Amino acid sequence: MEQAQKNMLLKTACKVRMGVIEGTTEAKSGHPGGSLSAADIITYLYFCEMNVDPKNPKKADRDRFVLSKGHCAPALYSVLALKGFFDFGEIKNLRKIGGMLQGHPDMNKIPGIDMSTGSLGQGISAAAGMALSAKASGDSYRVYTLLGDGEIEEGQVWEAAMFAAHKKLDNLIAFVDNNDLQIDGNIEDVNSPKPIDKKFEAFGWAVFEIDGHDFDQIEDAVKKAKQVKGKPSVIIAKTVKGKGVSFMENVADWHGKAAAGEQAEQAMAELKAVYEKL
Amino acid sequence: MAETIKKATREAYGKALVELGGRYKDMMVLDADLSGSTKTGDFAKVYPERFFNAGIAEQNMMSIAAGIAATGKLVFASSFAMFAAGRAYEQVRNSIGYTHLNVKIGATHAGMSVGEDGATHQCNEDIALMRTIPGMTIINPADAVEAYKAVIAAAEYEGPVYLRLGRLAVPVINDDSYEFKMGKGVMLHDGDDVTVIATGLMVNEALMAYDMLKAEGISARIINMHTIKPIDKDIIIESAAKTGAIVTAEEHSIIGGLGGAVAEVICENYPVPVLRVGTEDTFGISGPAADVLKYFNLTAEQIVKKAKAAIKAKKN
Repeated sequence: MEQAQKNMLLKTACKVRMGVIEGTTEAKSGHPGGSLSAADIITYLYFCEMNVDPKNPKKADRDRFVLSKGHCAPALYSVLALKGFFDFGEIKNLRKIGGMLQGHPDMNKIPGIDMSTGSLGQGISAAAGMALSAKASGDSYRVYTLLGDGEIEEGQVWEAAMFAAHKKLDNLIAFVDNNDLQIDGNIEDVNSPKPIDKKFEAFGWAVFEIDGHDFDQIEDAVKKAKQVKGKPSVIIAKTVKGKGVSFMENVADWHGKAAAGEQAEQAMAELKAVYEKL
Repeated sequence: MAETIKKATREAYGKALVELGGRYKDMMVLDADLSGSTKTGDFAKVYPERFFNAGIAEQNMMSIAAGIAATGKLVFASSFAMFAAGRAYEQVRNSIGYTHLNVKIGATHAGMSVGEDGATHQCNEDIALMRTIPGMTIINPADAVEAYKAVIAAAEYEGPVYLRLGRLAVPVINDDSYEFKMGKGVMLHDGDDVTVIATGLMVNEALMAYDMLKAEGISARIINMHTIKPIDKDIIIESAAKTGAIVTAEEHSIIGGLGGAVAEVICENYPVPVLRVGTEDTFGISGPAADVLKYFNLTAEQIVKKAKAAIKAKKN
């Protein structure tokens, strides 16, 4: 990846993280931890990969993105705002009465949201449905979806995995945001979904493993996944929950809790310092 | 009198899907390994490239249907009512209901008339479950003619629809000229003493009850309430005002189904006695469908009994 492009991505992802903190702090609730771990992947997809038009969010041939781990909406909202789907100022109204940015993505209220999600496990199925629909009518758009590693404890994820492989949905690319933490603790302590790679492999998927904060690796994996024929691809992205905010990193407690007061100020200060160096 | 023709509403569903497949060139149909029973197999034979089997995975199927609908296509998803409304309730609620996507759920084998398979498959709760989902339309056709037209109407309507269909062959009571109007109750007989509001296969029982009551000098108004949500409030209130007593009849739990819906309208608008015929608060049992229906008093005789009690309960 060219340095200029990488710099753009690093800056954008940093702004996305600021949006996550700003939104959840304003809302006094929300899910910063997983939003921060997923920020780089979503930023890459919208700024480098997907065929989308913020001026025409419903255009028929657009690539689709389904945030299966819907609680990480603050990251997606920030990306969509920075991409121009709506004003970044909306982030201040996250989770507030009268604001369009619901606690979880709502396709009927928010421009750029392709599917309402929030109940874990359903997003990947909807994404597979979109991919199946594209295949049935010979449309060339792709469908991307992002799962949490805790989310894949849901049985429906594996129903969808079986379905997508059986229907040869090579236009479907799933990411697993593998930050190793879920709300009750380490995924291996709660109800381990590991080995994630072998499970998807056994279900008939092409599997790629990357560092989910390295844009070169994200780009490389997406390029390879797009070449795969006859089966869906999953990119298992090793990430850090709370990435970019020192006191949130690798702490399960920040799964569903917003920073307030001095902590919120510190989080923003850390992100601003990183941004200014870029 | 001509011989009664009996046909299952699911048979009409299969035929209507084939008709719709010709009309809507990108329509898709999903099933969960029951295509022979739900009759989506009829569509699969004619349009194999637009039929997809989700296998025994109803929850995934419902969210898949939502994804298809989100790309702008009409989609039908079928299973038995137990699994479509029961097992996949939350997928229907969140992926289809909350999004108000254009998914039609063809739920067959509803109610006690499943028969031999017994309690695990006799879904007497689906209307209640579906009624609680905002914006969900629920249609429970009385016969094959109505079912066919209801499926066409559901396709022409934009938004989620739950079609409640039966396994058992039931008498055809409508002729081909019948016009189906979503959300409008149909008055089959007018009367003065009591109103019977029935849905699904209980409409035929209500018609038999009409004759039995008439023989005893009781004039009953008979309403076919094929659309349970949105319910036809006007005809309910008008019937309460005219006859002063109401009996509901459904092959479903008396909790939360047609009886519940009618009682809600009556309580808030025009209080009169409302007695409910339906499955009491119980699970089903195995047996031939006709025997099971009798066992649980889903009969014309029970409607007559309740009609008399409702008349008695009138004030003055």
